[in-house]
Amino acid sequence: MEDGSIYQGRAFGAAGRAGGEVVFNTSMTGYQEILTDPSYHGQIVTMTYPLIGNYGVNQEDLESKKIQAAGFIVKEPSIVPSNWRSGSSLEDWMRSQNVVGLCGIDTRALVRKLRNAGVMRGVIRLGDESEPRGGELDGIPPMAGLDLVRYVTTQEPYTWSEKLHPYHRAQGTLAPQKAPVRVAALDFGIKHNILRHLAERVREVHVFPAFAKAKDVLGCNPDGIFLSNGPGDPEPVTYAVETVRDLLGAKPLFGICLGHQILGLALGGRTFKLKFGHRGSNQPVKNLDTGKIDITSQNHGFCVDLAGVDSQKARVTHINLNDRTVEGLESRELRCFSVQYHPEASPGPHDASHHFDAFIEMMKT
Amino acid sequence: MPRRTDIHKILIIGSGPIVIGQACEFDYSGTQGCKALREEGYEVILVNSNPATIMTDPSTGDRTYIEPIIPEALEKIIEIERPDCLLPTLGGQTALNASVELAESGVLERYGVELIGAKLKAIKKAEDRDLFKEAINHIGLDLPRSGFVHNMEEAWKAIEHVGFPAIIRPSFTLGGAGAGTAYNREEYEQVVKWGLEMSPVHTILVEESVLGWKEFELEVMRDLANNVVIICSIENFDPMGVHTGDSITVAPAQTLTDKEYQAMRDAAIAIIREIGVETGGSNIQFAVNPEDGRMVVVEMNPRVSRSSALASKATGFPIAKIAAKLAVGYTLDEIPNDITKETPASFEPTIDYCVVKIPRWAFEKFPGSKPVLGTQMKSVGEAMSIGRTFKEALQKGLRSLETDRGGWGADGKDRYVFDDPAHPRYRDPGDPELKAEIVEKLKIPTPDRIFYIRYAFQIGMTVEEIYDCSRIDPWFLANLLEILAMEERLAEAGPAIQSWIEE
Repeated sequence: MEDGSIYQGRAFGAAGRAGGEVVFNTSMTGYQEILTDPSYHGQIVTMTYPLIGNYGVNQEDLESKKIQAAGFIVKEPSIVPSNWRSGSSLEDWMRSQNVVGLCGIDTRALVRKLRNAGVMRGVIRLGDESEPRGGELDGIPPMAGLDLVRYVTTQEPYTWSEKLHPYHRAQGTLAPQKAPVRVAALDFGIKHNILRHLAERVREVHVFPAFAKAKDVLGCNPDGIFLSNGPGDPEPVTYAVETVRDLLGAKPLFGICLGHQILGLALGGRTFKLKFGHRGSNQPVKNLDTGKIDITSQNHGFCVDLAGVDSQKARVTHINLNDRTVEGLESRELRCFSVQYHPEASPGPHDASHHFDAFIEMMKT
Repeated sequence: MPRRTDIHKILIIGSGPIVIGQACEFDYSGTQGCKALREEGYEVILVNSNPATIMTDPSTGDRTYIEPIIPEALEKIIEIERPDCLLPTLGGQTALNASVELAESGVLERYGVELIGAKLKAIKKAEDRDLFKEAINHIGLDLPRSGFVHNMEEAWKAIEHVGFPAIIRPSFTLGGAGAGTAYNREEYEQVVKWGLEMSPVHTILVEESVLGWKEFELEVMRDLANNVVIICSIENFDPMGVHTGDSITVAPAQTLTDKEYQAMRDAAIAIIREIGVETGGSNIQFAVNPEDGRMVVVEMNPRVSRSSALASKATGFPIAKIAAKLAVGYTLDEIPNDITKETPASFEPTIDYCVVKIPRWAFEKFPGSKPVLGTQMKSVGEAMSIGRTFKEALQKGLRSLETDRGGWGADGKDRYVFDDPAHPRYRDPGDPELKAEIVEKLKIPTPDRIFYIRYAFQIGMTVEEIYDCSRIDPWFLANLLEILAMEERLAEAGPAIQSWIEE
């Protein structure tokens, strides 16, 4: 760890070396979705729940084509996964994708360190105590000031049609008819379940690279624009902030996570790094207009501050009940809104999926 | 919403004497509820006939009646005390049933007493099988497939959608006479004919069997603003067919993917809203087919339950206390979280440990009773334990039971000894008769079954074979196997450790 501490455990998954920002996630389920979420690019994820891998790995619960996290730390990986959909064990899957893991350490002690000192860089490597130390963190840049979007965004535009997983649809709360609208999504590291939610509700979804210009995006004549989640610090992603600034007011606009931060920056706000971030499936968020609370899925290390922005132009709509930080904003005048948390869930509760419906309504009117 | 100021005096009914199936957990919930309400400045009137309760301590309520929990006595108390409200959900099934009787007989209306927490309609909807079925179907959730049948022709039609194995229950027979399970067409024809004959109205219910499915429970809280949170998920070690009170249970659920867990969470939220439990906690049980993941709703308790006590202690979320505060009008975000003090109760606890509850039986005290577990609860108590792994929690739990066991074997008290031919309890692990004996014990749920899993592994049976006999999830079995593997490693290292100690 960056502070010089060492946690000695056993290697699992691929043998090798992995470095990155060490963060923790408090979800008790959903490790497969977490590992494939592009927002974890460049991070080593520690699960606070100690028993991981219990239900194995399946072909469906993927949020991108591959494991995105740099490394994975768990207390005890399961040796016999048990679930009717499971196709392989967590360890075999990690090995097949060459992802390094560490197990058998006191993850609670590690998480306490990160909570007290803040997230920091770390390395997982093979070896023993007798080996000389030093220089392990060379070449691992600090997260603040880092543009990671460039590594995870698509290089070419594409269209998306896959709809939601049957488990998501079983609630019977989704609109039965697709709205005759077209959405242009800017991919900063988009999770598949966002695309599935959109495809469930609208006729066409066009995905653009993060570096697309406003005229490229408007070229497909969209009825609304979506700004996706993604990894890293939003501030250095200046090209996307500029694009969004150009798009403001042109079409209804909805952002999630990094998309929310980029919208906040485009509206004139600022962003700052949280001490240890919000990562988990149980974050309570309050809607300031209705008082309604949603239990939300979150994964962010940075946060928006609208202090310097004219309240007529944009305002805070949602706050986190744990630390009162901004979780949602809107601008009625510019027909845009965004949330810091993940209404697409996967993993996490479905409480907030109504935001997708609100986006569709905005496009229809 | 702030707390209600139009009410001042609240009646709480306890659960009476301790019986199998209803023990001190309702003293715990009742006492918590009283404290919470008095903290808010309400006057609390208590009724409980059981003196060995904290609830009946003079300091717990403002006035305590040690009287029988029967409608006549309760009516008299209401007449004297004239409470504004009755909170029926903290005293187990006894209190709930008594409250329903008071509501239905018009006593509550006569004295202007309002039911808070759960209204009569919601209680009926949750407790009446037909109304519950209707409600669950209305929100598009699955129950075990079933159909009423009056003759053989209808029976053949019904089995097409119910499928085998099917349970046949004749209507209006005493004590389930004429009921049976059919695994194929021949058996089905036989059981249906017999059932139709047994039923005085020649009607039977043909129902899909969920025996052996995985069993889960969710503890759910709702407030008057319609916010709903899940406090805890629980997975049963023993599959469907064993009463939850007689099952080893584990929190949180271990073998559900996030997709499956969230579908269950959605279902639980839809159920508490549809049934209409206004505020407070409910316990909702589900069965999941291990072959294809099909989830069916088993039942709902519209009140604080035995599992609520476990869930409260497992997560630190005081369900009964919060339920009492919600009943008088607070919303979840207005109540501080007991653990963090700073954040609100409108959150879903996440834990970084594993909790195991193990029932404690006392069959030796009931001569003539058969130590076989089924759908009627027989345990007299339970022990809970916390560990960073399931293995650790299970071992601690087994030691907590005061059954004189040191854990899952390895304490010299096993029924069979396999490694020492000179030992009086020695059995040859290759003996086919022994295997048949063990297989039989794996099939029938008993208090000792968990130890027979050990013997099964010791004679060389595999996780798959043991699963086929017991339907206990392979994840749990594999964890047990890991304990055994560690034990064997320690035994091998034993002499070396011994000489190291002596040195």
